[in-house]
This record gives sequence, C-alpha cells and structure tokens, in this order.
Amino acid sequence: MTVSIPFYILSAITLLGGLAAVTLRNTVHCALALTAAFAGLAMLFLQLDAQFAGFAQILIYIGAVAILVVFAILLTRNAELEATSVFSRTWIAGLAIAAAVFTVLGWAIMQTASRLPEAWPTPQVTVRDIGNALMSRYILPLEIVALLLTAALIGAVIVAMHEKEGTK
Amino acid sequence: MIEKLDQIFLLLRTWLVGFLPARWQAAAGVVLGVVAIIGTYPALFALGTVMERKGLGRMQNRLGPNRVGPFGILQPVADGIKALVKEDVIPSRADKAVHFLAPLLLVVVVFMGFAVLPMGRNMVLVDLDAGLLFFFAMGASTELSVFMAGWSSRNKYSLLGAMRAIAQMISYEVVLLMSSLAVVMISGTLSLPDIVDKQNRYTYGLPHWYAFTPWGFAGLVMFSIAAMAETNRSPFDLPEGESELVAGYFTEYSGFKFALFFLGEYVGMFSIAGLGATLFLGGWTAPFEFLTWVPSWMWFFGKLMVAMCIFIWIRGTLPRLRQDQLMNFAWKFVLPMTLLNLLVAALWRFLGHGWLRWVICWVIVLGAYVLMAQIGMRKRNLGPRRYRYAE
Repeated sequence: MTVSIPFYILSAITLLGGLAAVTLRNTVHCALALTAAFAGLAMLFLQLDAQFAGFAQILIYIGAVAILVVFAILLTRNAELEATSVFSRTWIAGLAIAAAVFTVLGWAIMQTASRLPEAWPTPQVTVRDIGNALMSRYILPLEIVALLLTAALIGAVIVAMHEKEGTK
Repeated sequence: MIEKLDQIFLLLRTWLVGFLPARWQAAAGVVLGVVAIIGTYPALFALGTVMERKGLGRMQNRLGPNRVGPFGILQPVADGIKALVKEDVIPSRADKAVHFLAPLLLVVVVFMGFAVLPMGRNMVLVDLDAGLLFFFAMGASTELSVFMAGWSSRNKYSLLGAMRAIAQMISYEVVLLMSSLAVVMISGTLSLPDIVDKQNRYTYGLPHWYAFTPWGFAGLVMFSIAAMAETNRSPFDLPEGESELVAGYFTEYSGFKFALFFLGEYVGMFSIAGLGATLFLGGWTAPFEFLTWVPSWMWFFGKLMVAMCIFIWIRGTLPRLRQDQLMNFAWKFVLPMTLLNLLVAALWRFLGHGWLRWVICWVIVLGAYVLMAQIGMRKRNLGPRRYRYAE
C-alpha cells in the first residue's frame, strides 16, 4: 500500500470526522461529522482500487444511513440548541472507550500481519468478479441478506401502519 | 475531416497540453477536461433558464421575459448580476456553518456526476469500471445537502420542505436504480462508455438503442419519471412548491446562495438527462445510419436539449402531485413495474432473436401496465369529496 500524501489527507479527514462525531454537542453536527468520516473511508477504499466498495460506501452510507440517522435525530428530539460549550461533558469516557477498542483491533491486526507473505500482489477485483462471487460462492449469504431486508421492509410498514390506525 | 470535427475537443486538448513538459501532461489534460465541463454546463444552464421561462410563458399564454436582450436572451446575465449584488441574509439563529456548506455541497456533488458521462466518441473524463455506480453515489449525496439546507435555516417551512424532498428523493432513487438495472443486465457492464458502445449498431439503418425495445421503452419512461422526481421538478415539485411552502428548503437563502441552489438543480437536471440519454437513447450515437457523419458530441447535446424541452413541457402541462399521491405512485405503481421490467429484460435476453420476443415482451409490458392501472383505479371510490378536519 502506498503511504502517500492523499492517504494522509484522507485519513486525517476520517479521523477528525470520527472524533468530531463523538465529541460535538449538537447531535445533528455529530451526524454530519460522521458523514464526513464515511466519505473519507470511501475515498480510502478508492485509493486501494476497490471501486465497487468505495462507491457502494458512498451510495449506502452517505446516501441512506446518514439520512436515516438525521431523520431519527430530528424525529426523536427537539433540536433546540443550548448555548453551551461545543464539546459534550462525557468526552473523556468516549475517548477512552474508543482508544481501548482501537488497541484491541490494532493488536489483533498486528498479530496476523506478521504471518502474511512479504510480496502480496494487489488483487484486481472488478465488479464482474464481485458479481460472479456473489452468484456462485456467496449465494447463501446473498439470500439470507435478502430475507433480512424483506423482514426490515415489512417491519417498517407494520410500524407505520399501527400509527395510522391509532389516530382513526 | 469529419473525424477531425468529431474529435475536435480531444485534438484541442492534446494540442494545448503539448506545450507543457511531459511530466505534467496527463494532469493538465484532466484539468482541461474539468475546466471544459465547468465552463459548458453553466452556459447550458443559462440557456436552459431562458428556454424554460419563455417556454413556460408561451404554454401559459403569455410572453416570457422579453426586455433584456432580443427575445429576452440576455435574461440570465441580468439574473446573475442581481444574484451577485443582493444582500446575503442569514437568519440570526441559523446554524451558520451548515447553512454555508449546503449549497456548496450540492454544486460540488452535482458537477462530479459529469465525470463519467460519455459526451462524445472517446470523450469521457474518467472511464471508471463502475461508472454508473459512481453516478448514483453522487446522486445520493445531493439528498444530504437538501437536508442540511432545510435544517440549518431554523424555519418550519424549510424543515417541512426538506423532509418532503428527502422522502421523495429516497423513494424515487430506488425507482431510478431499478429502472437502470435492466440496462446493466442486458449490457453486462457498469461502465457507461461500454453501454454506449453496445448500442452503437445499426440494423436496416435503425439503431440498437435500448429505448426501442419493450423493456427499454418502459425503463426510459420510468427513468424519466424518477429523474423528474429526483431533481424536484414539476409535477413532483411539492418540496419547492411556490404556492404551498414559500420556497421549501431554500426559503432562507438569498442572493448568490440561492443562485447556487438554482444552478445545482438545473445542472442536476442536465446530468440526469445525460445519464438517461446514455443508458437508453444511445448516448452519442446517431439515430439513423446515414446520419453518422454529424459529430457525436452534437448528438449528445442535442439529446440533452430535447430532454430539457420535454421536462419544461411536462412542467407547463401537468398539475402538481400531492405528497401522499407521489409516494403512493412510487411505491405502489412504479416500483412493481420496474421489477416486472427486469423480468421482461431477462425474457428478452433468453427468447432468442426473432419476432417472438418482440411480441411477448410488448404484450407483457403493456398488459401489466393496463392491468395495474385498472386495479389501482378500482379501489378508489371517487365520490363527492369529504373533508377531514384536524381536531
């Protein structure tokens, strides 16, 4: 992997976005900072030449998950802005937990990284390869995910329907 | 000579880049392409606003703007000067950072979509393997800017407009993706120049455009419906309905930021019309074989202008859809039709070449359309109107 200037810029964006997402006071600002972190992550995928993963990350995370997060924030609390400090009170605890998770993950990765061969050729994965793999080797996970999505869709419709019956 | 005219922009770029040392030539070529895109599409936007105002005016039995230039052609110049010198009013309790970033995000994301559109033979800025996915990813990011605009204005009208706009855009995003999925199925590739190449054949002088096949025609109709809804264009313009919501999510924007939103909306319209032309109408290919001598970029921009005229025509003709009507339309009618379209496209592929597949596919598409419309209208008892008041 080439450690170059774009990599530093993108990782800075991702890290700052993530940090801002946990330390900002205004929840909608947190959601927007999380979106910036998603964008940085997508561009890191693109830098590793994983086109499908990068664009799917933008399409799904920024286009759907971020919108869902902001809708949830807006519909569940009144977005009144208290004129207090920008950073939330529990930022030390959040930072400590994040640092602990990072340590565990980093240790796990470093343990496995020492076992990989030195010259690891970058795989050229096209969308066609992903499609072939999904249809041949990973067909069962594909069907299970489809089942999960159907259940989620039906659940959403049922939740919305109950509210309408309640007001009639 | 004809080939030179066809490739004239590429030859121009190579000539200009030849003045630089070899190390900078690739980057300078890309920068020149970007500059060309950023120069062309706002110019088309200016032309589009004049066309729209004059066209809508004539359809509503009045003249459009006719003071500024001959036939009002210089009206966009006047609008631009007005937008630049207007005072930039920001509400005092508005969220200043988000309020500032929303139009910026919209314009950036909308212009990024042009990077993968093939505007002529060999004239695509970046030939990505997953080009269509990139375009849809950029389209999905515009919803975020709509939300940012609506929320940061701290205004109930803006927030309501933003919520409606996002609900509408998410619903029709699904329709947009599903209707282009049939094209991807038949072409076997996500790369837009390859999709155009597959349509670049002629049989008896008629082109192999996907719009002339049953599934392609249905797909084109559904794609244009979804395109109109994605760009908040009438009859789907409830989020910015002038008579209901003041101006929807850009109520609190004045001056140049409003001009940026306007620019983003129109350029988004061009971009999605360009995608529709690429997927269904053969991109830069000519409609008849004897017309292939006309430069390819002229065909692309011609199709873009025709699509713009059709958008304006529909805006002037159809009434606005109510929010629940447009959501019902998306989820209960258009989405099942897109799923059926996938089935028809698969049948088309596997029924062999001949007249049989034409008959079967047209019968299925038209029959399903009529059947679903009949079923949809049957449950609707259109009696005298009853009003429910809020208690």
